[in-house]
Amino acid sequence: MKNTGLILAIVFQLTQLLLVVLAAPLLTGWVNQCKAWLQNRSGAGVLQPYRALNKLFHKDAVIADNASWLFRITPYIVFGCMWLAAAIIPIIAVDLPFSRAADVIALVGVFALARMFIALAAMDVGTSFGSMGARREMLVSFLAEPALLMVLFTASLISQSTQLTHIVETFAHHQFILYPSLAFANIAFVMVLLAENARIPVDNPSTHLELTMIHEAMILEYSARHLALIEWASSLKLFAYIGIGIALFLPQGIIEAGNWAGLPVAIALLFGKLVLLGAGLALLEAMTAKVRIFRVPEFLGTAFLLAVLGLLIHFLLGT
Amino acid sequence: MQIPLILQFVNLLASILLLVVFAMLAQRRILSLINLFAWQGGILALSTFVVAYSTRQHHLYYSAGLTLVLKVLLLPWLLHRLIRKLQIRQEVETLINIPTTMLVGIGLVIFSFNLAAPIAELAQGITRGLIGIALASVLLSLLMMMTRRKAITQVVAFLSLENSLFFAATSATQGMPLVVEFGIALDVLVATFIFGIFFFQIRETFDSLDISHMEKLKDD
Repeated sequence: MKNTGLILAIVFQLTQLLLVVLAAPLLTGWVNQCKAWLQNRSGAGVLQPYRALNKLFHKDAVIADNASWLFRITPYIVFGCMWLAAAIIPIIAVDLPFSRAADVIALVGVFALARMFIALAAMDVGTSFGSMGARREMLVSFLAEPALLMVLFTASLISQSTQLTHIVETFAHHQFILYPSLAFANIAFVMVLLAENARIPVDNPSTHLELTMIHEAMILEYSARHLALIEWASSLKLFAYIGIGIALFLPQGIIEAGNWAGLPVAIALLFGKLVLLGAGLALLEAMTAKVRIFRVPEFLGTAFLLAVLGLLIHFLLGT
Repeated sequence: MQIPLILQFVNLLASILLLVVFAMLAQRRILSLINLFAWQGGILALSTFVVAYSTRQHHLYYSAGLTLVLKVLLLPWLLHRLIRKLQIRQEVETLINIPTTMLVGIGLVIFSFNLAAPIAELAQGITRGLIGIALASVLLSLLMMMTRRKAITQVVAFLSLENSLFFAATSATQGMPLVVEFGIALDVLVATFIFGIFFFQIRETFDSLDISHMEKLKDD
């Protein structure tokens, strides 16, 4: 009996792994399509990321002469980290076998590992754009990371656990309570999401304008399958972040592992939420203007302060 | 201890009020500052309405309505008209830069939460946790008043200070007598009119709304 439970949980884990890795480019495509509509363009369709990945995987990779092994191995590490992160987060079901592997702090560590490798690889070739992008990325991320941790701590304080599975169980499967502290954490999280996924107020994912780019500057030297993996990893990262957002703030509908009957409903609900949140993200990006790079610390400082305020409010108002 | 949903809602509104004050503190544009002030008034009216509903005090309905008319519609409209007439379009000028102001603000929030904790122990109402938030909003409004250079942003800060005090009154003591509230509302309205006249006088005399000009002697 215990064995069947374990096997079921593993099957659920594999379902989530496959679902996440296949659906991540779709989410990116959907966000881009919404942005195109908002900008009065017809857009390339939601399937465009798949076509781009297909094209890139069929090309021959060109690698700079002075690139080291670090440069070659980075796309695989980044992709692996993002896939692992997406496997840990309870996206369709709680209590998956992988979720015990890491709590929220380790999850932030997984993101940091990927970021470190991509920044090192950007510096590896020695072009000026690569190192500029890497330095900017480190600036943004070292400000975003404490804000993200504070958001996660607020949720952990409420649920008395740093395991995302327990957090989701506390929020979704118990009596409905309004948490004012989560309102602050929510806004801070959206700001961190925008900064970490190279979205508009901080970075523009759709341009190669040399003065402003951060993420694109780092991956400028990559081509073919390496570039495809990094693009895919970026989609996975966006998916994972939105997954964390759903787990923290909209957890209704995430089922327990082994609940076959609830699975179609859970997946349908997940897609509904992703459609809404993706459109919301596109709307947010369409409404804001990109800030100057020296305003970014202010933007992320605000996110950090909001997260701290959420913690303080939690201590004051309790519940 | 499980508190009823309606009071959770008041708690949420209180937190949003604090958030709006922080947003005002971080705001660089005067127009958005006034819009935020209108939002603050709206949240205040809503929270007063909810407190009135949950405690069944009818005079609080009147003060909620008064807040809605005065602080969401009339005062922002007046301020918009003022800046249109004075043709102020530029950014808010601050004495300390905004990140530092925010850090000081966080310090003030911690201070006031600590200060309010023993007071809240003594209070009887269920919404006593809100005293800390109201106190923090008051101190943040004061901070905004101190760190702004232009007279019009200081007036917005003053109005936000009044909002916070009003919130403290409704949440902690279930509202003041209606006569007092009417008097305060009228005072604020008159004060805004007088400030408007002052703005024109200040600009007439100094060619600017920057109040640091007032520190200089005329012969300099």
